Amino acid sequence: MAEVLLKVKDLVKQFDGGTVLDGISFDVRRGEVIVVVGSSGCGKSTLLRCINALEPIQGGSVELGGEPVVYGSKNLARMRQQIGMVFQSYDLFPHMNVIDNILLAPLKVQKRNKSEARAEAMELLKRVGLEDKAESYPRQLSGGQKQRVAIVRALCMHPVLLLFDEVTAALDPEMVREVLDVMLDLAGQGRTMIIVTHEMQFARAIADRVLFIDNGKIVEDSDPDTFFESPKSDRAKQFLNIFNFERSK
Amino acid sequence: MPDLGLDVLFKGKNMLRLLGGLWVAVRISLISVALSIPLGILLGIVMTWKNPVTKTVTRIYLEFIRIMPQLVLLFIVFFSSTRTFGWDISGELASVIVFTAWGTAEMGDLVRGALISIPKHQYESGAALALSPFQTYFYIIIPQTVRRLIPLSINLVTRMIKTTSLILMIGVVEVLKVAQQIIEANRMSSPNAAFGIYLVVLIMYFMICWPISMLARYLEKKWR
Repeated sequence: MAEVLLKVKDLVKQFDGGTVLDGISFDVRRGEVIVVVGSSGCGKSTLLRCINALEPIQGGSVELGGEPVVYGSKNLARMRQQIGMVFQSYDLFPHMNVIDNILLAPLKVQKRNKSEARAEAMELLKRVGLEDKAESYPRQLSGGQKQRVAIVRALCMHPVLLLFDEVTAALDPEMVREVLDVMLDLAGQGRTMIIVTHEMQFARAIADRVLFIDNGKIVEDSDPDTFFESPKSDRAKQFLNIFNFERSK
Repeated sequence: MPDLGLDVLFKGKNMLRLLGGLWVAVRISLISVALSIPLGILLGIVMTWKNPVTKTVTRIYLEFIRIMPQLVLLFIVFFSSTRTFGWDISGELASVIVFTAWGTAEMGDLVRGALISIPKHQYESGAALALSPFQTYFYIIIPQTVRRLIPLSINLVTRMIKTTSLILMIGVVEVLKVAQQIIEANRMSSPNAAFGIYLVVLIMYFMICWPISMLARYLEKKWR
């Protein structure tokens, strides 16, 4: 088995007195694809945001490659370079074209050589089928194209871990596929990813492990076939039932 | 064609006098705008603070300046201050004071709006890409704020130039006052001059404000 890359231990997150994450613990090994599912508001997105310290946490710890990731700490910028994140909302910078969006952090944070970084960005854009959009502005792209650019922007930092926070939730159905295909491609390359999604068939296809979260706790942690075919908990059964429809006639 | 009295324009230095008056109006606007922009940016930043005291004070200031007619403000600063405090300030200075107070309020509200209109995930995307808070502001937040702000503040300039037509009421000889003087002086020889001269004043305001409006519209389109 590959080594443990990410270690989340007893993570507690509270908002205004309410507990959103209540003692979350799990390990992610290098090359694993973890899909996190659960009903809206169960804390899945918050979990991702805590992993790269966009939120302060009230208890527990997050370690990446043996080093702690701590909100507001000095080494945070170095840790975040290793964690790529793609959000649900289109988060491209609207005043920059595609290539500048991608190159901002590699050039300003990692101080990389411009032509080398640019060549890599173009290569990645080609891989997601957007090499002709390098000079376009975000407003000229479809939702699916924007999300693919956001993925390239995250990849260009050479992260060891990728976080996807419901990246297809705001897309039209016909654009969902093109984004999911990019993610399947990344999984095929052996990248380590944590994916929050509501696309259950996709989850089953891409996941090595499924985490089911309910009320801020991990209720199930199993391989996708076990989770989707024979969930152990009633909550998971209930949750999966939402996606099944009986014939009405 | 009826006599528009345009011949008066070419008598003596009338045209030059009108242009001089226009310059007075434009100069007062420009000085006021130049002062309003930095003050307005400060005010706008303060207005986004969550502190209830600064919130209330800035709100009252903004509402007061907006509700009061500019003419009343001009009278308060120019006439009342002289009697009450014994200040001897020129009409032009009084105008700059009032226009700056007004411009600062308007500009502050624009800055506040531009700042809060930048979505939270723009800050977070920067953070997630390991940009420092300073880099996030410098490369992401400020450029977007400025782009939203510039077209709006240019519109404020044209509104200010138009509103300078009020300052003749406190004795500043700007373009409209010069026009009145010219018309009065030629009442006997060219009784129709009122139409022609005011028409020229209208065209002058247009020639100044229209290009500024066009620039604002162009920038708005370019930076949409």
